[in-house]
Amino acid sequence: MQTAIAFDDPSDVATRLAAVGYLPDAAIAQVVFLADRLDKPILAEGPAGVGKTALALALAEATGRRLVRLQCYEGLDEAKALYEWDYHKQLLRLQADEGGRWDDLEGDIFSESFLLSRPLLEAIRSPEPVVLLIDEVDRVEVETEALLLEILDAFQVTIPELGTIEATTRPLVVLTSNNTRELSEALKRRCLYLHIGYPTIEREKEILLRRIPDLPDVLGTRIAETVATIRELRVRKAPSVSESIDWARTLLALGIDELDGAATEATLNVLLKYQSDIDQAIKDLPLSQP
Amino acid sequence: MIDTLAEFVEELRAVGIPVSMVEALDAAEALRVADMGSPEALRAALGATMIKSARHYPAFEAAFEIFFGARAFPDEGGVEGDVVASVTPAGAEAGGGGGETADVLMAAIVEALATGDDEALRRLVAQAVELLAGMEPGRPVGGRYYLYRVMRRLDADRLLASLAAAMVGGGPEHDALGGVLLDARARRALERLRDELRAEILRRLVVDRGAAPVARTLRRPLVEDIDLMHATRLEIEELERAVGPLARKLATRLANRRKHGAEGRLDVRRTIRRSLAHGGTLIDPRFRPPRRSKPELVVLCDVSGSMATFARFTMQLTYAIGNEFSRVRSFAFIDGLDEVTGFFDTRSGFHDALERMNREADLVRTDGHSDYGAALGEFVARYPGVVTPRSTVIVTGDARNNYRASGVEDLAWIADRARALFWLNPEASRYWDTGDSIMSLYAEVCDGVDQVRTLRQLEAFVERVALPTARPPGVRNPRSVLT
Repeated sequence: MQTAIAFDDPSDVATRLAAVGYLPDAAIAQVVFLADRLDKPILAEGPAGVGKTALALALAEATGRRLVRLQCYEGLDEAKALYEWDYHKQLLRLQADEGGRWDDLEGDIFSESFLLSRPLLEAIRSPEPVVLLIDEVDRVEVETEALLLEILDAFQVTIPELGTIEATTRPLVVLTSNNTRELSEALKRRCLYLHIGYPTIEREKEILLRRIPDLPDVLGTRIAETVATIRELRVRKAPSVSESIDWARTLLALGIDELDGAATEATLNVLLKYQSDIDQAIKDLPLSQP
Repeated sequence: MIDTLAEFVEELRAVGIPVSMVEALDAAEALRVADMGSPEALRAALGATMIKSARHYPAFEAAFEIFFGARAFPDEGGVEGDVVASVTPAGAEAGGGGGETADVLMAAIVEALATGDDEALRRLVAQAVELLAGMEPGRPVGGRYYLYRVMRRLDADRLLASLAAAMVGGGPEHDALGGVLLDARARRALERLRDELRAEILRRLVVDRGAAPVARTLRRPLVEDIDLMHATRLEIEELERAVGPLARKLATRLANRRKHGAEGRLDVRRTIRRSLAHGGTLIDPRFRPPRRSKPELVVLCDVSGSMATFARFTMQLTYAIGNEFSRVRSFAFIDGLDEVTGFFDTRSGFHDALERMNREADLVRTDGHSDYGAALGEFVARYPGVVTPRSTVIVTGDARNNYRASGVEDLAWIADRARALFWLNPEASRYWDTGDSIMSLYAEVCDGVDQVRTLRQLEAFVERVALPTARPPGVRNPRSVLT
């Protein structure tokens, strides 16, 4: 198996991610670098909308690798995650050759040309290295997690009829979790753990300015500070980074360049998605008063 | 470095963070390949390899600060470029007549914070600790008192005001919201100063006594080991953050009894439909989705004074479950009982709900001391239809009944009708049945009685609820007391 090293050092990670529009903090850059060097998957955990999935997308773009994505959901199984035998094709093969000897046929229909690759198998069979994103891994049942273990730790898949398929190249693996449940120890032990929280005000402002080049600097500061203050309120769903980007876009589209209390109140529904949260913010922040 | 790492791992394990052998080796490997030029890089590397839960990060960071923080600025030590000396004339007493020294330092610190000059800030912080903390070598302390001393001398209120004054300009601050944001900015700067001071004090403590002893002094329980009965306000906030995932787990465990892979009855219509693609061969059988059971949860919480902290926590848990799981009915009691489900619906925030419950629910009949007998009697009389064979009933309370009638026959009535009845007691099991506690009397009719003093014990309980045993109709519960 060839190991392709994607990054020279953490600052290389930072520059190249920044070049594709993702601004990592020091911890993210370091962990990505280690994942590349130690050949370990990254388990990114944190609240929704702070850029966990975006990290994988940005990694693919920055390294020029193909992104293979496995979206997890309750009830995900082997046939959807790893591989499946192509029953229909096997059946046709059997019908086409009715007089054939069973031994020949068996060897034939359980060969690679009758195998349907699902994302995990596809990621390790790919001739050039890929970025494998296993999204929202906390949605699958604990038992299903076990499916992932072999691939995460040895980059191989064992198919009973065929034997073990080893990776030709090491994929860069990113798993994301919204922390709706604790993942199993076995899974966590195999990964580098990266907690992505809400960014600092300075970083959030930088992200805003990077994503929306037209945004005036002063407005960017104001947005970042307001969002940080709202996150400290007791709200059910704190605004995510993507929501603050949406908010900034909304303000720009409405032509608001001075964000006062009234303008904030009028556009709060972009930032907060529960009526009770909006009420809470209106109660706790001096918005409409002059 | 490897020696320090070994000591560090030992400390993490002592705090209760599970660091496996493999993870410690990964950390060592990370140290080998990565450039550890900055404390952030080092922290990221160690954190990523050894800490696998956000819950453990605060403890990890505290220990990291002790073991590796001191190494972050190796060039420091002597206080050079002495701001105070250069500003105050020589001979202006540095130690005794503090007022002036503190003023000069404060002005310089405000300046450094407002302009974001980290280098200067670090120097000033070192000086402030040197001059104002009055640290005594060799004392086995955690440094909180030293921090308090410095902050008192620097006068936090005045500091905050001058910070706000120095920071004006950076947005339209003339409106009310701008004022709030400005205050927040000043508060963050003050917090930053506090962190820097804490780090500096810690650094000196470590130089004085070595990392491991300081870590031992400062060791705090992990969130999952915090005593729910005696949690501080700060700890309660930590707990509230941790409770969400646990509630979701309990909700899914109760609802999702479908075994993975187990499918329902054969769906003849769809199977035949599918067979058309294969010339009528029934090769691809289809099954109906399995029927999901729709269990219900009924929670009875003792919210009397002695249970205040724990009750707050159980209500939080109930609220969080309510967010996940629609079939929850919650009741609170002291010596009267009232349904509180409505207060904890998902539209209002938890803290509003708690306030409304305290204001509006009718929980006190006579004197406001727990009366389980009266409460259980009232439940059976007023809400007889709530408990069905699908309900799991959870009672939380210390079973301290102030020597009143137990009402155990009402509890037995509930147990007979429910799928399962669990009792969670926040008191240490060795105190059960002492004084006015009548725990074992109630335990006789419960499916399980658990001591739940910490999140970890609650988690263990949730794991067990995960395996509900279907009871054939008409068969009474096997009574067992789990500790």
